[in-house]
Amino acid sequence: MEELGSLAVWLGAAWLSLVFALIVLPSALGVSLGISEAYMWVLVKTLEWATIRIEKGVKKPQPQMLKIPAANGIIERDETPMEKEIAGLHRMEFRFSDIFYFCRKGFEAIVEDEVTQRFSSEELVSWNLLTRTNVNFHYVSLRLTVVWVIGVMVRYCFLLPLRFTLAAIGITSMIVGTTVVGQLPNGSLKNYLSEVVHLTCSRILVRALSGTIHYHNKENKPQKGGICVANHTSPIDAIILTNDGCYAMVGQVHGGLMGVIQRATVKACPHVWFERSEIKDRHLVTKRLREHVADKNKLPILIFPEGTCINNTSVMMFKKGSFEIGGTIYPVAIKYDPQFGDAFWNSSKYNIVSYLLRIMTSWAIVCHVWYMPPMVRKEGEDAVQFANRVRSAIARQGGLTELPWDGGLKRAKVKDSFKEEQQKNYSKMLVRNGSQGNLPAGTESD
Amino acid sequence: MMASRTVQHNWNLDLCTYFLNSSLQLLWTHREDFQRIPELAINPLGDRIINAFFSEGEDQVNFRGFMRTLAHFRPIEDNEKSKDQNGPEPLNSRSNKLHFAFRLYDLDKDDKISRDELLQVLRMMVGVNISDEQLGSIADRTIQEADQDGDCAISFAEFVKVLEKVDVEQKMSIRFLH
Repeated sequence: MEELGSLAVWLGAAWLSLVFALIVLPSALGVSLGISEAYMWVLVKTLEWATIRIEKGVKKPQPQMLKIPAANGIIERDETPMEKEIAGLHRMEFRFSDIFYFCRKGFEAIVEDEVTQRFSSEELVSWNLLTRTNVNFHYVSLRLTVVWVIGVMVRYCFLLPLRFTLAAIGITSMIVGTTVVGQLPNGSLKNYLSEVVHLTCSRILVRALSGTIHYHNKENKPQKGGICVANHTSPIDAIILTNDGCYAMVGQVHGGLMGVIQRATVKACPHVWFERSEIKDRHLVTKRLREHVADKNKLPILIFPEGTCINNTSVMMFKKGSFEIGGTIYPVAIKYDPQFGDAFWNSSKYNIVSYLLRIMTSWAIVCHVWYMPPMVRKEGEDAVQFANRVRSAIARQGGLTELPWDGGLKRAKVKDSFKEEQQKNYSKMLVRNGSQGNLPAGTESD
Repeated sequence: MMASRTVQHNWNLDLCTYFLNSSLQLLWTHREDFQRIPELAINPLGDRIINAFFSEGEDQVNFRGFMRTLAHFRPIEDNEKSKDQNGPEPLNSRSNKLHFAFRLYDLDKDDKISRDELLQVLRMMVGVNISDEQLGSIADRTIQEADQDGDCAISFAEFVKVLEKVDVEQKMSIRFLH
């Protein structure tokens, strides 16, 4: 028994020292040993092979299976605005055929709902050997199944414990490190050390997710005194960005482990954490952020204006609050590659723990981050227009569609004012200044 | 007859396959499920459209019923027009599409659009932006123009006559991209 015990201790020690030597130390120094590159190469080759096998194996069923819809939808959408479609030739009266417009729009929405599909995970073009994405694909060949089983074993028995260890090391060192640095008097030494600690811990955490991040246009990286704005897909967005630079986080104070991390990090670096009661007071929030931005020595603020996690196929409405603070906005576009792992957090379906478990048992998290040139509010532009301008830029860069809908529709109902707007537009076509048009009675025509 | 049914069946099957394969696997069964679609919730006639899915007194619709209602919006294929006329009319024929629109107006399902019913539907479409008198005169004029047998209500035949020059097929069809 003793021998077993000492063997276990020896194995554990060997395991930890390997982890430290191969992963933690390089993270601290900011170098890469190339292990993750090799892993990704093997992964890509395996998935390519799997795709070919699946395509060969699928016999043509009758009737032919509908292909998974492309990003631009499954039905032909007629984007003619109401005015053109109904009003037509300058007539000002009601027609029975007016109902067709609303009817078709309603049915298009039922068949393909542009909005709520963004609150669930994107579908994959081909299977990536994860059970959870195996929605459409059925048994193809023995070899594929064997590879899948090996994949399950590798992911759950090797990768998961490794990643869990790394995450634990990362979080612990973050808490300990920032607490230690927080004891120092304010000054350049403290700032430098705080940056080192934050960067190192972010790198460890990114490796804990097997993250491969490609940064583009690093010359546009957010500068001090600015506001960094990005699209939101998951809680790990923040880690993805802090892997490459230091930011001042903005957010609500949480309890539990998150609260511990927040309290520790704010000692070392001026993050902006709000109490739950303060968040309701928009003026207070804006004032505090303005003060932070005005100090040019403070790190750039990181904000996600969508307010909630969207599934990374589109960018939804940006809340205007972040754009009223002033200062320079540095937009950042983040696009995840869903083939290796789905980063989207569907908070109505999974809680944070099962989400993290899913992330840690995916193949990897691969994403592209584009830093974009800074933007400022133009003369005569109000916060909403500015927000829309920034959102368009981010959507274009990341290859995402733009939707004017509020991410809050995930949980809340849509406001009635939209319906009232449509009613108003239609009314304008019926009646203008109280008079009605005159047309020959009888049949209607187009 | 069999061929046209198969074509319609295939269209429905494509839809079926899509819905079963897609991430939208909620099988909407109740009115609230429809109301959760934002684009439908802001449609002035949203409630009438949702109503079209549910039969009299029923509170839920199953997949088959859902497909039957949706089938009205299938485009009319060219090769169908020459199929034999002996079988039952497909749900997406011009006549059935018009009947579907007629039922949107006919609130009490008595096969006639009365002045009151027209007023109610108009009110849904314009909201609070037009006064009662104006709306009333719009309704009166519309009925007067379309009414042929003098009963101050629009029957289905009169409805069809009024819309005879309208391209119903184009306005009441949804095309799938393949």
